[in-house]
Amino acid sequence: MKKIPGKRAEKPIGRRTFIKGAALGLAATALPLNKADAFFWEAFFQKHFLEMNDAEIKKVIERLEKEAALKYKKEIKIGTEKAIPGVSFGYGLDLSRCIGCRRCEYACVDENNQSKDPQIHWITVLRFKKGEKWVDLEESEKYYNPSLVPEPGYFYMPVQCQQCENPPCVRSCPTQATWKEPDGIVVVDYNWCIGCRYCMAACPYGARHFNWAEPTRKPEEINPNTHYLGNRPRYKGVVEKCTFCIQRTRNGRYPACVEACPVGARKFGNLLDPNSEMRLLIERKRVFRLKEDLNTSPKFYYFFAYGA
Amino acid sequence: MRADQLASSLLMCFLLSLFLVFPAPTRAQEDIPKKFLVPPPPFSPGIFPCSQCHQGMPVNRTPRKLELMHQDIELKHMPGGWCFDCHNPTNRDTLRLANGNLVSFEESYNLCGQCHGTVLRDWKIGIHGKRTGMWNGEKQYLLCVNCHWPHAPRFKPLKPMPPPVPPSDIK
Repeated sequence: MKKIPGKRAEKPIGRRTFIKGAALGLAATALPLNKADAFFWEAFFQKHFLEMNDAEIKKVIERLEKEAALKYKKEIKIGTEKAIPGVSFGYGLDLSRCIGCRRCEYACVDENNQSKDPQIHWITVLRFKKGEKWVDLEESEKYYNPSLVPEPGYFYMPVQCQQCENPPCVRSCPTQATWKEPDGIVVVDYNWCIGCRYCMAACPYGARHFNWAEPTRKPEEINPNTHYLGNRPRYKGVVEKCTFCIQRTRNGRYPACVEACPVGARKFGNLLDPNSEMRLLIERKRVFRLKEDLNTSPKFYYFFAYGA
Repeated sequence: MRADQLASSLLMCFLLSLFLVFPAPTRAQEDIPKKFLVPPPPFSPGIFPCSQCHQGMPVNRTPRKLELMHQDIELKHMPGGWCFDCHNPTNRDTLRLANGNLVSFEESYNLCGQCHGTVLRDWKIGIHGKRTGMWNGEKQYLLCVNCHWPHAPRFKPLKPMPPPVPPSDIK
């Protein structure tokens, strides 16, 4: 057998040369050439959000705020409000009132800084023909576009993250970049997500969305009040989802979709407070949860306040 | 006086004294109208107070087609109804309940609740209608008439926002 002489064989690298080269290379990578590179290495060595202490989180937030300010030429506040003790959020949606106007969908986009191009919407409004088998979501229409809604003979069902008590997306995540917070909100850490999209395959509600390209939004359209686990600027290649407007609800406010709904079909409250509108409606109205048979135990309750 | 008459009058006295000792709760006592944080009623500009025109105008109680003013109002609510079913003929700046009590325009939900009692009950606890503000604090309600024009209360159809971009069109 003839030996093929390779380049390596012609000029062997000695142990010293190798160590020298390796040291130089390492030094080059550690040297911050400009601000963006400094961000890169800090982000690269960032710890998991739940393992960081307050000082470390503060440092990360400072870095992210600087990064966002550079990108959008605008001051963006990134909050880290923790879950309020004794609170478990629940959501109600009155299917007997929803008229399918999609106001919630666009209010969500503006509140939560979703990408305009490629377009990402956290809420999908589905249209069903009345009187037909409708629990089969495959039969629904998502692109309806009449001049006026509601159309006679149809009804509408908005679907978004159901904030499951037993979320299959969380279990499927290989990096623990998504988890359920103590107040029941399922959140994503965009700095920890590797973009494998296993969670999207695991979610039975189609509630998770992927940034296939760098998310685009005009600086004047950016909502500067954000939360680390919610609507802060996202990156290309990460998954995002509805967080019940974590930046609003952890400060006591209603989610943006609740305040946008022109017919008042959307309800929000604390499931652990017996006097909240959520508890009262669950006790008094006909309620169901989507795909309950999958044992995901959603905290999103569809109900019928009116009619049979 | 016959014995049975005496017995019945005695029973009557006993029952009356019972009412004196345990007075029946009056309607006003059992639901003191709670104040709700509501926006001002959506009057057409310049129309309120009604008394600026109606002051001193004779009251015409006959149902008829209005020709000089309020021609835009075509009552599509409660067939056979008429203005004074809800408006107070003697002071137009108030509304009048069926029992004769007067309510202001800011508390018109009490008027609507006379017929739509179950809806009023749901509205008070936040199941019907839109609430804004704080889920754990002060909430802003909307009056019934902010969404339902009382003279034709069905919610008006809206133009929907554009449908999402289908995946095939995302470049």
